Amino acid sequence: MYDFAVERPTNLDDASRLLAKDETQVIAGGQTLIPTMKSRLASPKTLVSLTGIDEIKGVSPSQGSVTIGAATRHVDVANETRTLYPALASLAANIGDPAVRNRGTIGGSLANNDPSACYPAAALAGDAEIKTQERSYSADDFFCGLFETALSEGEFITEIRFPIPDRASYQKFEQPASRFALVGVFVTQKSGQVRVAVTGASEEGVYRWKEAEQALSDDFRREAIADLIVPAEGKIVDIHGSAAYRAHLVKVLTGRAVDSAH
Amino acid sequence: MVTVTLTVNGQEKTSDCEGRSLLSDFLRDNLNLTGTHVGCDTSQCGACVVHVDGEAVKSCTMFAWEAQGADVATIEGMAEDDGSLGTIQQAFQDHHGLQCGFCTPGMVMSAAALLKKNPDPTEYEIRDYLEGNICRCTGYQNIVHAIQAAAQTMRAAT
Ligand SMILES: Cc1cc2nc3c(=O)[nH]c(=O)nc-3n(C[C@H](O)[C@H](O)[C@H](O)COP(=O)(O)OP(=O)(O)OC[C@H]3O[C@@H](n4cnc5c(N)ncnc54)[C@H](O)[C@@H]3O)c2cc1C
Ligand code: FES
Ligand code: FES
Repeated sequence: MYDFAVERPTNLDDASRLLAKDETQVIAGGQTLIPTMKSRLASPKTLVSLTGIDEIKGVSPSQGSVTIGAATRHVDVANETRTLYPALASLAANIGDPAVRNRGTIGGSLANNDPSACYPAAALAGDAEIKTQERSYSADDFFCGLFETALSEGEFITEIRFPIPDRASYQKFEQPASRFALVGVFVTQKSGQVRVAVTGASEEGVYRWKEAEQALSDDFRREAIADLIVPAEGKIVDIHGSAAYRAHLVKVLTGRAVDSAH
Repeated sequence: MVTVTLTVNGQEKTSDCEGRSLLSDFLRDNLNLTGTHVGCDTSQCGACVVHVDGEAVKSCTMFAWEAQGADVATIEGMAEDDGSLGTIQQAFQDHHGLQCGFCTPGMVMSAAALLKKNPDPTEYEIRDYLEGNICRCTGYQNIVHAIQAAAQTMRAAT
C-alpha cells in the first residue's frame, strides 16, 4: 500500500471541501477500501474519513419509512431496524462476520456496488432513495453495473431512505469462503406492487427481475413464478458456480423469499 | 506521519506512524505487542482480532489513526494481573482448544466479545460468532467446548 495523508472532518461542509481536491477518496469502514489499497487497486493521495461526522450516523424512523445515515455500521443497522424492517435487519446481521459488521457501513457498501454485495439488492428491491451532499437518486438510477454508480467525483452518500414495505425478505446463498452472496434475492411487496432485486448473479451487477415482479404482483405465491425461465446467459461464472447454477439459484431464492416474506 | 495516542490494555500509549500503518502493525511494531497475529492480512482469517472500544475488529483492516483515542484490548490484556491465564485462555488450554496456537489470540478475543454480549451462547451461536475466525488445526470442536466451559465458569463467578 502506498502512503497517503489523512483528514477527519467532523461536518459535511468540511468533508465536501476536502473531497473536492484531486486524488482524494472517502473512507468509511475500510472493510473494502483497505484490502483494495493493499493490493494497490486504489492509491489515493488523501483519505477523508467519514466516521467522525455524527450527522450521517444512525437510524431514524419517520412516517412510513426509515432513514439510515451513510456512515451507520452494519451492526447498528442490524440492531436498530429489527422491528422496523426485519428483512433489512437480517440482511445486515448476516454480512460477513461480527468484526466486519463492527466496522463496515451501509454507505460504503452501496457506493462500492460490488456485484455480490447484499445492500444493493435491498436498496433496489426496496425502492430506496440515496441522498448525497448534492442531490438525491432513486435506487433505479443509482446502480450502473459492476462497481459503478451514478456518484460523480467528490460526491458522497449522506443517507439512505427506505420506504417500509408491507412485507419483505432477503434470501442469501452464501459463498462459504468470502461470506458474500453467491446469489442473493431481496423481495418486497408494498400496496400490492412487488419488487425483486437480484445480487451475485449477473455480470452487470444488481438488477430487477421484472418478469417475476409482474407475476408476483398478480399472485404473491411461489407458484406464480414456477413457469418463468431464468436464462444462464450473462450470469457470473467462477470457481464457486456456473452460470446455469446461478440462474437456477435466482429462481429458488426468489421462491424462498416469497415463502418467508413477512 | 501521524501521532496516534490510544489506551491499550488500560495503559495510555503514544507513537508516530505512517497514515498507512495498520492497527495490527502499530500494535506489533510500535508497541511491541506481538500477541496479535497476522495470518492473512486480507480480512479473512481473524487471527488479528482485537477489541476497539469493546468491540471485536480485524486489526489488519483498520488504520492505526482510526483508533485515535480509543480503548484497545489485545490478547496480552486477557491474562490475570499476576500473569496467570485468564478464564477463556485457561479453558482453551484445559479443553485442547488449540494446536499450533496461531489462530488462538483472535479466537480468544472473539470469544471474549461474544461472552460479553451473550453469557450463555448455544453451540450454534458460538460457531456463528466465530464465522470470521479460521483455524487450520483443531477442526473447531474443542474451541467450541472451551468457549462453552469458559462461559460456564464466568457465569458461576457472577
Ligand atoms: C470478510 C468480509 C466479508 C464480507 N461479506 C460481505 C457480505 O456478505 N455482504 C456484503 O454486502 N458485503 C460484505 N463485505 C463487504 C462489507 O460489507 C464492506 O463493509 C462494505 O462493502 C464497504 O463498506 P465500508 O464502510 O467498509 O466502506 P470502505 O471500505 O470504507 O469504502 C468502500 C468504497 O466506498 C467508498 N465510500 C465509502 N463510504 C462512502 C460514502 N458514504 N459515499 C461515497 N463513497 C463511499 C470508498 O471510497 C470506497 O471506494 C465483506 C467484507 C469482508 C472483509
Ligand atoms: S490477519 Fe487480519 S483477518 Fe487475517
Ligand atoms: S490452532 Fe493452529 S490455526 Fe488454530
